[in-house]
Formats: sequence, C-alpha cells, structure tokens
Amino acid sequence: MRKLLSIKRFFTITCCFLPLLVVNIAQAEQVIVYSARIEQLIKPMFDAFTSETGIQVKFTTDKEGALLARLKAEGKKTPADVLITADVGNLWEAARAGVLKSVSSPILEANIPTYLRDPQGQWFGLSVRARTIVYNTQKVKPSDLSSYEDLADPKWKGRLCLRTSKKVYNQSLVAMMIAEHGEAETEKIVRGWVANLATDPLPDDTRALEFVAAGRCDVTLVNTYYYGRLIESNPTLPLAVFWPNQNNSGVHVNISGAGITQFSKNERSAIKLLEFLSSEEAQNLFADVNMEYPVNPQVKPSPVVSAWGAFKQNPMNIVKAGELQTTAVKLMDRAGYR
Amino acid sequence: MHVNNEKYSTVEEKNSDISRPFFLLKHNASIWRLIPFLVAALVFAPVVVVFSSFFMPADEVWQHLVETTLPSLLINTFWLSFGVIAGTSLLGVSLAWFTAVYEFPGSRFFSWALLLPLAIPAYVTAFVVLGLFDYTGPVQTSLRSWLGSELTWFPDLYGRGGVIIVMTLAFYPYVYLMARNAFLTQGKRLLEAAQSLGLSRQQGFFKVALPMARPWIVGGIMLTLMETLADFGTVAIFNYDTFTTAIYKAWFGMFSLPAASQLASLLIVIVFVLIIIEQQFRLRMRFAEMKRSSRASGILLSGWKAKAISCFAASVLFFAFVLPIIQLGIWAANSLLQSFDQRYLEFLLHSVLLSAMATVITCFIAILLVYAVRLYSDFFTLIAVRIATIGYALPGAVLAVGIFIPLAWLDNQLSEWLSMLFQIETGLLIQGTLGVMLIAYMTRFLAVGHYPIDSAMQRITRNIDEAAMGFGLSGWAVLRSIHLPMLKTGIFTAATLVFVDVMKEMPITLMTRPFGWDTLAVRIFALTSEGEWEQAALPSVTLVLAGLVPIILLMRQTDK
Amino acid sequence: MKLHQIKHAYGKQVTISHLSFDLKKGEIGCLLGPSGCGKTTVLRCIAGFEPLTAGEISLNGVVVSCASFSLPPEQRRVGMVFQDYALFPHLTAAENVSFGLHRSSAIERMQRVTDMLQIVGLAEVANKYPHELSGGQQQRVALARALAPHPDLLLLDEPFSNLDITLRERLSLEIRDILKNQHITAILVTHDQDEAFSVADVIGVMHQGEIMQWDAAYNLYHRPANRFVANFIGQGVFLPGRMLSAGKIEMELGILTEDIYHPCELDNEICHTGCEVDVLIRPDDIVYNNESTSTLQAMVIHKAFRGAEILYTLRLSSGRTVLSLISSHHNHAIGEKIGIKLEADHVVVFRREKYTDIQE
Repeated sequence: MRKLLSIKRFFTITCCFLPLLVVNIAQAEQVIVYSARIEQLIKPMFDAFTSETGIQVKFTTDKEGALLARLKAEGKKTPADVLITADVGNLWEAARAGVLKSVSSPILEANIPTYLRDPQGQWFGLSVRARTIVYNTQKVKPSDLSSYEDLADPKWKGRLCLRTSKKVYNQSLVAMMIAEHGEAETEKIVRGWVANLATDPLPDDTRALEFVAAGRCDVTLVNTYYYGRLIESNPTLPLAVFWPNQNNSGVHVNISGAGITQFSKNERSAIKLLEFLSSEEAQNLFADVNMEYPVNPQVKPSPVVSAWGAFKQNPMNIVKAGELQTTAVKLMDRAGYR
Repeated sequence: MHVNNEKYSTVEEKNSDISRPFFLLKHNASIWRLIPFLVAALVFAPVVVVFSSFFMPADEVWQHLVETTLPSLLINTFWLSFGVIAGTSLLGVSLAWFTAVYEFPGSRFFSWALLLPLAIPAYVTAFVVLGLFDYTGPVQTSLRSWLGSELTWFPDLYGRGGVIIVMTLAFYPYVYLMARNAFLTQGKRLLEAAQSLGLSRQQGFFKVALPMARPWIVGGIMLTLMETLADFGTVAIFNYDTFTTAIYKAWFGMFSLPAASQLASLLIVIVFVLIIIEQQFRLRMRFAEMKRSSRASGILLSGWKAKAISCFAASVLFFAFVLPIIQLGIWAANSLLQSFDQRYLEFLLHSVLLSAMATVITCFIAILLVYAVRLYSDFFTLIAVRIATIGYALPGAVLAVGIFIPLAWLDNQLSEWLSMLFQIETGLLIQGTLGVMLIAYMTRFLAVGHYPIDSAMQRITRNIDEAAMGFGLSGWAVLRSIHLPMLKTGIFTAATLVFVDVMKEMPITLMTRPFGWDTLAVRIFALTSEGEWEQAALPSVTLVLAGLVPIILLMRQTDK
Repeated sequence: MKLHQIKHAYGKQVTISHLSFDLKKGEIGCLLGPSGCGKTTVLRCIAGFEPLTAGEISLNGVVVSCASFSLPPEQRRVGMVFQDYALFPHLTAAENVSFGLHRSSAIERMQRVTDMLQIVGLAEVANKYPHELSGGQQQRVALARALAPHPDLLLLDEPFSNLDITLRERLSLEIRDILKNQHITAILVTHDQDEAFSVADVIGVMHQGEIMQWDAAYNLYHRPANRFVANFIGQGVFLPGRMLSAGKIEMELGILTEDIYHPCELDNEICHTGCEVDVLIRPDDIVYNNESTSTLQAMVIHKAFRGAEILYTLRLSSGRTVLSLISSHHNHAIGEKIGIKLEADHVVVFRREKYTDIQE
C-alpha cells in the first residue's frame, strides 16, 4: 500500500490521466445530438442517415431534464445541434427556455401534421405514442368502455390500475384534458380515477398491464408499445386494446420529437437530419423499432401495430400538453393522485 | 498513598496538547492547513450552485408543495430514513459482531459473502423483489392458485415496509463493513477486561464493543442515511414519495429547477446539521487502541446458537444477494443472444477504468483531508471537511447539474478568453473530458472515501505522530511511512466502496461522459428507462460481477 | 485459591502441564519465568478465559474450572490487571473504575469510585480519558478498576512492564502496600525477578509450562530445587567439583565442607566418593583478597559498575570464569590480575550430569 500510494506513483498516475484531457476537436460535416430517446431507438435511423448523406451523427443520451440543464449551462458554446426527447412536455420547456431555434422547412411541414409540431417551428414530432385503455378480456366487455372520462365513473370502483402521476405521459394526458374540459372538470375526473383505484399507483406501464392480466384490476391506461412488448413476449395474456373517445376528442397522443438548438453550428445538416427522420423512408424505422405510430400520415404503422386497429387521434395541438403540464401536476397532487 | 504529580505533569501535557507538536514542520504546515479548504471549495462549488437557487423565485411551486404534499413527504422521508437506519444498524452491526467474534458453521464464508450485496444497485434489488413478491409475481401467483383464493393477508409491498426492507437489504453492507472493521481491530483484550469486571459477553458487547465501534458504525449509518435521502431509483420503483421524488417532480414535472434546488438545499442543511451534531458529540473522545492485538481465533459456538446465527446470516445473504442475482441471471440468459455484442467489453472496460481512476483520486483526496484534520482539528477545518463530504447526500441528478453549471461557465469563460487573446475559435474545452468526469465523481463520493479512512485514522494513537516527528520526519514523510501502512484496512475499505459506487452511478456518468464513453451503468439506464428490465439484466449482471472483484480483494486484505 | 494438576493445550501444543499451587487468603503469589513459559496462560486459566484439559482450579473451596466445566469469567469474582491495562478508551478514569460496579446502587458506586481513586492517588484526574493520562496513571486506573468490585482474587499480568524502571520500582511497592492493606489475595505474573521479590510473598518459577519451584524468595535464591531455578534466579556460575568424601567437595577455589554446602539433588542419589558435581557460585561468594600471599589469582575480563560495588567477571587459571561482587573502592582495570578467595556460607551443589555443559 505504501508503494501503491507513494507520491511518485501519484504523479505517474496523474500523468496517465493527462492525455484524457485532450480537447474535443470539431470535425467537418457532423451533427451532434442530445437525446433523451435511448440509443437503441435512434441509432438505426442515424446509421441510415449517415449512409445516405455521408453526414456523421454523434450523440449522447441522458434524461430530458439533465439535457436541458446542460444546454442552458453550455449557452452559445454548446456543441449540440439537435435535441431529441421522448415526450412533448420537455420540448415545450426547451422552447420556452430559449434553447431551441425556429426553423421553417417545407419538407417537415409537409411530412408532419400541424397538431404534432410547434406552431413556431421550434420542435417537430417524429413518432406518435398513443396512450389508450387496455382491459382484461375475461372481466370486461369492450362495450362497457367508452372514454378516459368514463373511467371516473363509480362503476369502475376498485377496478382501475394507474401508473404513477410522476410519469410525464400521465401528466401530458391530464394536461390535454385540462385543455379540453377546463381545470375544475378535469380535477373531478382525476378524483374519480383515484377513487376507483384497485391499488396504489404503480411504477410503470408494464406493471400496470401485468396487474390487469393477473386480475388485480380490470382496466388501465398505457402507451400502446408497452402493451405490444408484453404481448409479444407472452401472447396468451388476456389483454386487449380499447380506443377511447372515438366519438369525441380522440385518443390522447404524445410524441417523441426533436428541435434544432439555438446555437447549432451545423444547422443545415441538422435540418437535413430532421427531414430525413420525418421522411417515409425513416418513419417506419423510427416508429417500428419501438412499436410506435409514424407521424407522417403517408406512412402505415407496422403490421403488428396495425393489428390493434385504426383510431382517431386527438387533433388538438399537443403544445397544450407542455403549456399545461405544471397545472396538470398540481391538479393531480391536489386530487391525491400519487 | 502519595503520588508525585509534578513528575507526570510534563507527560500529561505532551499527551493532551495535540495542536502543538507540529512545531517541527512550520515550513510546510501551511499546505496542510489549506488542503481541507481547497477541497471543500472544489466540492462546495456545485453545492453553492444548488444553494444559489434560494434567490430565484419559485414561490408558486413552493406554495403548491406546502399546501399539498410537503407534510406527507416529510413524514415519509423521516420514517424511511428512520426505518432504513434502524434496519441497517441491526443487520450490519449484528452480522459484523457475529462474524468478527464467533466461529459458527460458515462463518469464514459469511464474513466476506455478506458484503456481496454492495455490488447490486438498490433499484435492481427493488425491481427483483417486487417482480417476485408483488401481486403478479410467481410467489403470490402460485400461492393463489394453490390456495384457490385471494391472499388478503399478504402484505402490500408497495408501501413503507417494502421500501425499508429493500433499502435495508441493499445498504446494510456499509454498516456491516465499517462495524466489522471496528470489531476486528478492537481485539479481545477489552472484552476480557469487561468480563473480568463481572460483565457477561453480551453485556460486554453493549457496554464496551459497541460504544468503542461508534465512529465506524456512525460512519456507516451516515453513508446509509445519505444514500437513502439521495435515492431516487428505488423509491421510484415503489412509487414511494420522499423528499427526493418531490425534487424530481418539481424539476421534471413542473419544469422548475430552482424549486428542485431549493428542496435539495433543504436536504443538505438537514444532513449537515446531523453531521455537525454527531461530530460535536464525540469531539473529546479518543478511540485509539493502545496496541493492536492480533486477531485470535473466534469463540467457537455450537448447538442451536450457532445454527441460529448461520440461518440468520444465510437468509440475509439469500434475500439481499442470491435471489436478485438468480433472477438477473435468468433474465440475462434469456436476453444474452439478442443483446450481447462486442461493445459489452467496451462498456465493461469503461466502467472499470472510470471506477478505478475515480477511486484513486477520491481516496487520495480523502487521505489528504483526514491527515490535514489530524494536524489541525480546529472548528473551521472540521466544517470544511464536512462540507467537502456533503455531495453524497444530494440526489445524483441535482448534484450532476450543480457540477455541470460552474464547469460550463468556466468553459465558456476560457473559450472567450482564448478567442480574445489568440483569435482562435474553440468549442468548449474542459467539458466532455475524463478529467471533469473524475472530479465530478470525487465530488459525489468523497464521503464514501472519507468515512472509512477517517475512522481508521482515529484509531492511531497520536503518540506515534510525535514519535515520528521526534525523528525529524516531515508531514509527508510521516503520512507515508507511519500512517499509510496503519490505515491500510481503512483505505482498502474506502477504495472498495468508492469503486463499487462509481460503477453503479448514473446521473453524473450520463451528464459528464465524453462522447462514446458509455459504461455498463449507462447501458442499464438506456434499457430500464424504457421499462425493459429483462434486457437490462445482462449489463446488470456484468456490473455486479465486476463489482465483486474489489469486494473479494478487500475481504482477503482485511482477513489476513 | 488452589490449582491442582492443571493442564492446558492449544490444539496439540501443550502449554501447561501438571501445574499445582495454592495461595492462602491475603497472600500475594507470583509466577516468574522467561517469556513463553506459559505463565500468562495460567493467569488466563484462573480468570476463566482459557479452558482446562485436565486438573481443576478452585476458589474459596469452590471448583471454578475443570476439564468438563468452566465457570464464565464474569461469575468468578476475579479481577485482572492487563499488561496493556486495557482501559476502555471511550470512558473517563472514573467511568473505567465504576465499570465493574454495575450491580451496586449509584450512591455506592460513586462512593467506591471516589475511594478507589483516592487509594491509588488519582482523585484529581477522575474525569480524564485514558489517552490524557500518563503510563503510570493508566496503570493505577487499571488497578483501581480491578479492585473496585472487591474481587476474591486479583490477577496482575506483567503490570509494570510498560513503565520505566524507577516508576516500576516505586509502583510495585505501592501496589504491594495497597494489596496488603486491603487484604487482597493476588497473583502477579512477571519475568522480572526484582519485581517478584519486592511484591510477592511466595514465588513460583515456571519453565516450559511447569512450576519448577513454589517457594519464598529466600529459598529460591539460596535453596533452588534444580538447575533451572538456580540459573534463573540471581546470578552465578557453576564450577566443577569432586566429592572427596561424604562431607567434602574439592574444587578449583578450595575445599567445601558439609556445613557450607546445600546438597539439593544430591539428597536423592547416593553420591560416592569421587563422583563429579557442579557447585553454584554466586558473585557474593567470592571476595577480594589483597594479601600478596594469595594463592588464588584471577584476571579481570569484564567489569560492571554498580555504585557501591563492582561486578567483576574473572577468569580463573583453569580458563573458567566466575562472577564476583567487590566493593567499588577496589577499582581494577580489565586485564589486571587480582587475588580472590572463596567465602561462602551456603553454596548449592548439583550432581554432574554427563551431558550438561557447565559453562552454559
């Protein structure tokens, strides 16, 4: 030990570290991406982009909050060109914090429906994540189900499982409900949900699905790809998807999307990357890799996903989900939805 | 009887006046004087960033919290901390005592095996325990089909009890390791003295061994407490609301980093107050052994006592390590073919390399701190050291941001300055380098390195320093030739804890890693953030196995 | 307090065998022997820290240890002062002393602690921690602590070995006084014979796990039971001699008659005329003879100044060496030849063993 920690050794070790402090040297024609969407859900598209355009894509992944804090701290020297998130709320917050740049691209505007992108052009949806009802086929008839709001009805008492309100998907859902019904009405609905819970809110969608399948509760609200994954690994589970609110507002959708950073050094390449991701060619890849829905209306979902049926999406611009997220969180706190 | 007291007064003076004997090294005394403050400043920068949030307006979030969830959060956090501290102390101290003093079936094995849970991140244990024992898990499912009815008696795991049990299982090794060190180095002599004074072995444990092991046990408990308060992964899996979940909610849910920081500051203040109280409490006591007695063979136990202890140790090991590792192993085997590629070697290499480098730096700094305090144990130095170790109590992501903001600022300044002076346009120079990452790790884990080394240093009698000074050795030389060899066990303990902790660390790794420097923890994050736990089993198992290596090395070292 | 034929072993290694002795109430016994002779183990057996493999130990007529049974140490009422004192570092001096009084009431305890600290002269450092005390003070705290619960027997394991020599001498006398005043039965273990002589009433010389002789100091010195004791206690050399007749031994230094030698082992064996013996010559048996007519001359080869006397190592004409304690008025240089003569009241004689190297 004395030898190991001798001062001489220490300096030797320090010297070994020195090369690691080498400066990051910028390369030509590359796009740097900060992504909250995880590696295996973006890397295939980046590889496709590089092989088509020759532009290199470098990326790092982290949580949305951390990436945003990082962009803010780095300021105008930031190396990042593109920010990708897995939900709309954080894109909205990034835009509000001023780290995203408005861009106008006819291609993006053509490929992406208006309600799935920022009116100011600061961010764009790239895939659609539908949050829908999944029920236990042995205990519930589809005819009993109608809408998100209906799950607050006392007939579901002790039959509902929900994921924790800490997850942004639920926050977005409630935010969109506030946009539609107003705060007071939404709070009543959320209180109704809480009253109907069969068990305390669960940590994730998969758990909620498993609880429904095991009969602990009858219905739950999840993103469809969690359902897809679970069914893929265990096809015999008594679970089925129900598309709510088809006669009125439509199914609540969230997006996985991207924006160009305010101080991007490679704006042209970055826009090219987004355009590529919204193109027919990449859309299937982008959505299918995680059993999501394409944003581009020209592109059909994968066969597995299509099998769950077509549905009407909520056409209200999802920017509302960001604007009202804080309100939604407070509302859920008040309603006792943990 | 008459005692000539004049004769002893000089001896006494020399023994009690500890601040004076370093007159011999006036010339480099100032270095040691400054070290704690320099390190504290380094670590304090991120904390200041977090604290500075107090001046930002976040009133509405606060008001909302106070009106709705804050009281229940505080109560939840209190009971969680209390439960985990009680649980880890009970498990850690009792197991340490049994393995250090007695011989029972498997005692040699248990003495090191009980450390293994250290390698398993708490959130992994949480996930496995829930996966096995909650409503949909195999245990309840098969019980239901066997009994043919709902299990109304089965405890609801998604509650306070469940989190406390899982965290206790995950964190008890901190207390175990520290307490065991203490019991092993205490020797048996003092216990014999207690026995000869009419105390049974049991009474001796409570009146002698336990109080003497206090700095170690408290060190372990402080680490556990900080880890519990800072934990997000485990409580998130249980959906148990604590102060930390509120911090994350304010940040991610309500987009208010200032509010999150304010909550975090409050957390720091609470921990800091606890630390200071503890420190004042034991300021005058010394825990120096006169002479380190060699480790005699343990007291042989037989009969039901030995069996009971073996069973106890075995069941702790089973739930804290064997069960999670088996479940992970099964999942990993399932996903091995689809997700294994040669990049795993790269992840592993990065993890090990980063942890090793961070361990060297952290332990080195911790030794400097501990020694500086030995030289100058005045109030301000002690405070500086406590500040330097506070990073561990902050939720990882908050600290990560706290580290990142001043760094990015520095980076921007540097870049401006360069372009002004030399007309060269540079990007950000410092960030995204390994050096930054290592400093960030050090900031977070200094406490983990500090506590074991600090308690080991308290064991060394000060007469030794004076003796060494008498030979004209300087501060560095004394540290190297006298203390380091005697601190060996403490340093090994610290190194192991830091190594394993850095391997498991996520938020700082995610935020500060250079491009392409993905580690096993990053991989686990990537897979679990989309809920694919089974896919995450492979990197988790690899992480656990890599973490086992230093633990086994440590046990070999301490049991020599 | 009685030990009967006790035996102790660590695994196969026998550390004590056939060891017996007893002590009357108020007596101070001492186990004296070179390090590694098993004396500390005997103490640990009496205290109850080590089990016996044979024999038995009884205190006040009650068996506390035998091969099949061992009363736990805490129930023996045996106090112990450890070599390193083993003071509890987390307790003050007073708290250390009161440690063994946990069965008494708070008032009794306080009274006893005050008394004990008074007795050992440490009343003013009662609230100091061990690390704040000097070595001698720590030693006294250890003694007070062991005495406080009124033990039936006090064991002292090399209690003075960590102290400097002047302190050691004074403390050993002080402790003897304390023990005698309190009528404490005690056993001291030491390797230092001066310590043993000044403290103990009766001393057992130990060698390789056995007691060679259990006797008063005077007898150990003047009537050693065997060669080991003779060698170990005091100084002296063996010189060869030959039985001239039943009552006379001839040796280099002159002729010894029956009334000045103690035959020791010769008692048990018939020693014929002409048989070879070894005679133990102590330094005070040889005196300086400055008469020029002296027939015995020896050369000074080494000298050690002892104040009033000088201990000379002298080489006889045969080449053998003897020790002689001579008044320091007679200061001789190394290499000088001086006259000496044998002036012994009592010398000890052993039968010569063929294999014994008398030069040792």
